[in-house]
Amino acid sequence: MTTSLIAEGTTAHASLAPRHDFPLLAEQPALRYLDSAATSQKPQVVLDALTGFYATANANPHRGAYALSAAATDAYHAARATIARFLGAADPETLVFTRGTTEAMNLVANAWGAAHVQAGDEIVVTALEHHANFIPWQQLAKRTGATFRIVELTADQRIDLDHLASLLSSRTRVVAITHVSNAVGAITPVHEVVRLVRAHTNALLVLDGAQGAPHLPVAFDTLGVDFYAFSGHKMLGPMGIGGVIGTRARWAECQPWQFGGDMIEWVHDQDSTWNVLPYRFEAGTPNAADAVGLAAGVQYLAALDMAAVRAHELALLDYAHARLADVEGLHIFGPPPAERSGVLSFALADVHPHDLATILDEHGVCIRAGHHCAQPLMRRLGVSATARASLYVYTDARDIDALVDALVHARRIFGATS
Amino acid sequence: MSDLQELYQSVILDHNRSPRNFGPLDGATGTADGKNPLCGDQVSVAVRLEGDRLDAVRFTGSGCAISKASASLMTAAVQGKTREEVESLFHRFHALVTGTLPPAEMTKEQLGQLIVFSGVSRYPIRVKCASLAWHTLRAALADDATTSAMPVTTE
Ligand SMILES: Cc1ncc(COP(=O)(O)O)c(C=O)c1O
Repeated sequence: MTTSLIAEGTTAHASLAPRHDFPLLAEQPALRYLDSAATSQKPQVVLDALTGFYATANANPHRGAYALSAAATDAYHAARATIARFLGAADPETLVFTRGTTEAMNLVANAWGAAHVQAGDEIVVTALEHHANFIPWQQLAKRTGATFRIVELTADQRIDLDHLASLLSSRTRVVAITHVSNAVGAITPVHEVVRLVRAHTNALLVLDGAQGAPHLPVAFDTLGVDFYAFSGHKMLGPMGIGGVIGTRARWAECQPWQFGGDMIEWVHDQDSTWNVLPYRFEAGTPNAADAVGLAAGVQYLAALDMAAVRAHELALLDYAHARLADVEGLHIFGPPPAERSGVLSFALADVHPHDLATILDEHGVCIRAGHHCAQPLMRRLGVSATARASLYVYTDARDIDALVDALVHARRIFGATS
Repeated sequence: MSDLQELYQSVILDHNRSPRNFGPLDGATGTADGKNPLCGDQVSVAVRLEGDRLDAVRFTGSGCAISKASASLMTAAVQGKTREEVESLFHRFHALVTGTLPPAEMTKEQLGQLIVFSGVSRYPIRVKCASLAWHTLRAALADDATTSAMPVTTE
């Protein structure tokens, strides 16, 4: 592993993870990939783990009474244990694999929500949420006749904790909140939220960790939330694998939501009984190969050390803020870097984000322009879209410099006088 | 001229900054709303037909430079044309931005000011920005004021 300049408290020029560990970045040295909040690049060790599974252990887990199937099963179980440990869950069986955060939220909303939410109850989300942690709850409220409440934001797009407190009552059945906003990067003060929710309600507390798990140290067992959902593809893993960790007590309150192979204990003609946690909530052939790939990804992150990942992003954010101060007409959304993950969501005066993305692409700079699956937030910002550059372990100062140069070019094209 | 310079020609930047025929239309005979859900572009087109002839077209909405300039230049290009002429101009424009127009037809005579959109075909992601207003115009022309405006999305 390379030593980071940041760790020594100097300027943020180097990346934390060597670029050559990532085949796509190594292959395209001029590419400035600043869209890791959408999906991260994958290190060689993850690709090796994937091909390794298929080349040496491929069989259907849990099915065959032969050694190869046992090897597949072992690999799948080992991956679960590795990922659970990475996220601070001592009991690997409280981690249920899903395709990602979207499926995880739909799981919780159906498996827990359908049996426990009724007319007159209240579901609380925030105006920061990604659609994946908004619509499942909105639709659950609609189906059950529960009231859907939205916590508003401060002027710099942090969750307004006073407003949250004012919405909590004995009627509150679910509180679903993002750990880190994908659209503006705001980090939720989880301990404060847990304290408020536990003090005023018996509600289910669900955290959307899609942007938390990749960028911050997460210790599920001491976090105090009931469920924590994440997406593997945003944390160096392959697409198609993610999961949700829950407390045993809350899992015991859930009903199966998808039915089929693997999740059953016994199937009678007229009824069936269910397998134990976690299999009860993993119907069908599991995505063992991608789980193995993600396990390699989180081992890579653990070796970097998540505290160092956070420090690296923070140092780069500070560097970016200093450099972007030279770009006239730039407005950065969200709280100051200390309360923000490695996300720069911005508007450039007179240049639409979509035009920006095209011009930046010409410089090899990949950013996201759009509503970031957060239309409720865009409405509150009064914009239809923002431009978003997002950082990760392989990002370095050259990426930021290229972003700044491209933004200056965009202003020139659009006839700014500066 | 670089691809980027060809995409953002001065005429396009000018129409982006000061769009023509922007605002509500009195006595509209048809209206339609167009949306590009991917990037949030929105445009509403209102038309006033006199017989078969387009007496007036105006638009409102928000979006990127390409979508705004396209709406603005479109309103200027179709003013006073018959439905059939609008339809044939649409097909020529669509062929231009998708890069399927024969080079012989890529002339100012055939396309008028719309020729400034020749750079779009190099950017397949931006084709829908350029064509949103046109799809919406066609929906507005099909709207006979007895039905409510149809929502339009691009291909
Ligand atoms: C905060 C947040 N929540 C949920 C999601 C949905 O994740 P996925 O698309 O991997 O299911 C994303 C990513 O797009 C996200 O950033």
